[in-house]
Amino acid sequence: MMRETPPGDGAATGAVLASARDLGIARNGRWLVQGIDLCVRRGEIVTLIGPNGSGKSTTAKAVIGLMKADAGSVWRTPGLRIGYVPQKLAMDRTLPLTVARLLTLTHRQPRAAVHAALEAVGIPHLANAQVHGLSGGEFQRALLARAMLRDPDLLVLDEPVQGVDVQGEAALYSLISQIRERTGCGILMISHDLHVVMAATDTVICLNGRVSCRGTPQAVISNPAYQRLFGRTGADMLAVYRHHEDGTAPCGHAGHDHQAEPDEAAPGSQAPTNRPAEARHAG
Amino acid sequence: MLDDFFTRALVAGIGLAVTTGPLGCLVVWRRMAYFGATMAHSALLGVALAFAVDINPMLGVFAVAATVSVALLVLQRSGVLSSDTLMGILAHAALALGLVAITAMSWLRVDLMGLLFGDILAVSVRDIGVLYGGGALVLGVLAWLWRSLLASTVSDELAQAEGLNPERARIAFMLLMAVVIAIAMKIVGILLITALLIIPAATARRLASGPEAMALMASGLGAGAVALGLSGSLAWDTPSGPSIVLAAFALFLLSLIPGRVRRPARSETPP
Repeated sequence: MMRETPPGDGAATGAVLASARDLGIARNGRWLVQGIDLCVRRGEIVTLIGPNGSGKSTTAKAVIGLMKADAGSVWRTPGLRIGYVPQKLAMDRTLPLTVARLLTLTHRQPRAAVHAALEAVGIPHLANAQVHGLSGGEFQRALLARAMLRDPDLLVLDEPVQGVDVQGEAALYSLISQIRERTGCGILMISHDLHVVMAATDTVICLNGRVSCRGTPQAVISNPAYQRLFGRTGADMLAVYRHHEDGTAPCGHAGHDHQAEPDEAAPGSQAPTNRPAEARHAG
Repeated sequence: MLDDFFTRALVAGIGLAVTTGPLGCLVVWRRMAYFGATMAHSALLGVALAFAVDINPMLGVFAVAATVSVALLVLQRSGVLSSDTLMGILAHAALALGLVAITAMSWLRVDLMGLLFGDILAVSVRDIGVLYGGGALVLGVLAWLWRSLLASTVSDELAQAEGLNPERARIAFMLLMAVVIAIAMKIVGILLITALLIIPAATARRLASGPEAMALMASGLGAGAVALGLSGSLAWDTPSGPSIVLAAFALFLLSLIPGRVRRPARSETPP
């Protein structure tokens, strides 16, 4: 369930939850990503954007320990609690699963907490519906409720609005912002386009095998590297979505400068919360 | 009236069906029906090896089934051939090797039909003890690992990211399959073990709205199929293993009848 601490507590300057330094991942003798530096803090939303095959999911998986780094290093706060919305779920139709049961898939949760999570994402009436009958938007909301139900320190959302129409996209992103406000968790998000993400992100990292640019959403859309990657048209459209935000760059990276810097993420510098460290298999 | 051998058969068959229910659901959810068949086909080789080195046939079957599943995993990782091709190769190579090995040991008097199609009416009290011991072990481990197994059925990465251990669950699942094949061989025979795993589970799918309910229903439906099949076998003097499978199939057909199906509909419309 959601944490009781005040909203926005130390946002953007919060403790580093997870970071990657000079991260590289290779498969079949080919680098999928290379030289990635990134860092997610408590209360911060970091969005990875890039074309298909640019290594967004790969990077996110490496950060949460699902893939091993072939170069560089990844660091996570010991005992980091992760909530994950994967890009794909291969759910066989032979598996009967209600929304409420989906929410307790990886961990037991009290009934009231399940209901509150569904309430928070706006689908309390679907608790007993079968997941196979949900629309794209309802399913993504259910997955979001499931991920936040664990009260995670870090939410990792891989394309959280896939299969959702445009109005639904905006609603989901505002929901994601609300989750961050309410729980103070860090969020690492993946999206293939920037325009709807803008209002809901602090830091954007443009990937194309490497980091092509990074910074606040405003800084990124005016960056030539971003415009090369996504074309002028996209950038013009984005102007509409500009918003006010004092974007703080991650780990001291300013603007689109992506030089590797010494990581501030000294293990144990700031204990994640008062939770007991639990046994886990993050690696 | 129930003859003594019939009671033993009933007790053994129901014990097996209760065990195969939840495991069979996992087989169906993970789309591993053919994987189960592959392991079952290797059982004959296990029997042959057990006779050759003079150990309990169940141990031999367990060892060979586990080896085949490990071999399959290794070959899958190499990624040259698709899984279904690999399983087709392993299943039939193991079955052929088992048949050759059994017939090569000419000093043995093996009831080949009994191995292939089961001999439930010859079940001894000791067999029942082994079966219930094995079944309790399988159900215990399943209950212990249920959350990991179910979560990794939906997504390995999700399970792993959120602190579960899908790899351990997968290995345990394969070993449990090997145990079930070892204890089921005498009841329904090598060629029909998979049926007892997947048919009750598929039948339960039409009736259940949650995974746990489906697992329990599969156990109940399997037990019902055993009772019906054995009764039919007694009444019409048909072979017992195939009769049980036919009873399970009949229950499956019944579950398809429209109107008797509880459609898993949405609970209510949005306000």
